[in-house]
Amino acid sequence: MKLWGRLFSPASAPEARERLQILLSHERQILGSGDDLLSVLREDILAAVAKRVTCEREAVKVRLERGSPLSILEIEVEIRGNDLTAKAA
Amino acid sequence: MAKIITVTSGKGGVGKTTTTAAIGAALAKTGDRVAVVDFDVGLRNLDLVMGAERRVVYDLVNVVQGDAKLQQALIKDKRVDTLFLLPASQTRDKDALTEEGVDTVIAQLRDQFDWVICDSPAGIERGATLAMRHADIAIVVTNPEVSSVRDSDRIVGILDAKTLKAIRGETVDKRLLLTRYDPARAARGDMLKTEDVLEILSIPLLGIIPESGDVLKASNLGVPVSINDPASPPARAYMDAARRLKGEDVAVQVPTERRGGLLGKFLRRAA
Ligand SMILES: Nc1ncnc2c1ncn2[C@@H]1O[C@H](COP(=O)(O)OP(=O)(O)OP(=O)(O)O)[C@@H](O)[C@H]1O
Ligand SMILES: [Mg+2]
Repeated sequence: MKLWGRLFSPASAPEARERLQILLSHERQILGSGDDLLSVLREDILAAVAKRVTCEREAVKVRLERGSPLSILEIEVEIRGNDLTAKAA
Repeated sequence: MAKIITVTSGKGGVGKTTTTAAIGAALAKTGDRVAVVDFDVGLRNLDLVMGAERRVVYDLVNVVQGDAKLQQALIKDKRVDTLFLLPASQTRDKDALTEEGVDTVIAQLRDQFDWVICDSPAGIERGATLAMRHADIAIVVTNPEVSSVRDSDRIVGILDAKTLKAIRGETVDKRLLLTRYDPARAARGDMLKTEDVLEILSIPLLGIIPESGDVLKASNLGVPVSINDPASPPARAYMDAARRLKGEDVAVQVPTERRGGLLGKFLRRAA
C-alpha cells in the first residue's frame, strides 16, 4: 500500500520550486525598491542638511512604516551640541 | 591581512554555527591562522560546539567595550594550534555591540590572522548586520527547503545593501552552502534540487553538506566535525569547501544515499 502510494504521489520539489520563484520575484521588487528608496532618501537628506550644518553620516535616520490608510516616513537627524548656526554657503 | 568571512542565513537553525566551527577548523588544519568569532550575543553557542565553554573568561563585548584586550579574550584551540575562538557574551543588552567597537576589533583581528570567520545570529536585525559589516566573503547557509531559501534570498539582498563593501560600491563575494542535504529525500523528489536553489538564489555554490548523525556526535563531544571524524561525509564536504575558499578547484560532490536503513538492506540483499 505504501509503495503504491509512493509510486503515484508526485514529487513535491517542483511545486516548491515554482512557488518560490513566483514569491521571490514579487518580494524582490517590493523589498528591493523599498530598501533603495530609503537609502536614496537618506543620501538626499544628508546632502541637504550637511550643506548648512555639520552633521555625520550616521546621524541621519530614515524609517518607513507602511500602513493603511496612512504610511509614515520618519526622518531623524542628530546634531552634536547645540551649534545650529548655518555654515557659510 | 585576513580575509573576513561571515556565515549567515536569515533563518535560524540551518547550520551556521556548525559551519563556522567546521570550516574554521578545516582552514586552520592547513596551517592558516584562523579566528572564529561568535556574533550571537545573548545566545552564544560556538564555544560549546568548539568545546571551549569552560575556558571563556572574556568575550567580544568585553573587548568592544574596552574592558579586556583582544589577546585576553581569544581562546586557543586545544587540538589545532592556529585556531582561535572569540566568544560572544551572554548579555541581554541589545546595544552591547556598536559599529565603532566592532570596527576596532575586526581591524585588530585582520592584522593577526589569515582568516576571520564571523558566526552570525539568525534574523536580519542589528546583530546580523553587524556580523556581516566587514565581510569580504559571505557564506549563505541554506537548507534545501522553501522557508530557508526565501530567507537566504532576503539575506543576499541585505548583503548587497548593508555591508561596508556594498556601501563603498564594491560587491561582497557571496557563496551558497547547502547544508542538511538529505539524499534519500532528494531521490524521492521531495527536496529542492541543488540546481533549483542555485538558479533561484543565483550565487555560486561553495559546497553541499549532507544531513548526518556525525554532526550531532561531534557537537556532543565539543569538537568541530572536520576534526572529530575527518573521514565522515560531512567532514569531507566541509574540508572541500575550505579548499575552495583557498582558491583550489575542487569538484562538488552531490551526496548520495548510503544504503543504510531497511530499504537499503533489502536492496543490498536483492542485489
Ligand atoms: N549537516 C547536518 N546534519 C545533521 N545535523 C545538523 C547538520 N548541520 C547542523 N545540524 C544540527 O542542526 C542544529 C542547528 O545547527 P546550528 O546550531 O549550527 O545552526 P545555526 O544556524 O547556528 O542556528 P542559530 O540560528 O540558532 O544560530 C544543531 O543541532 C546541529 O547539530
Ligand atoms: Mg548559531
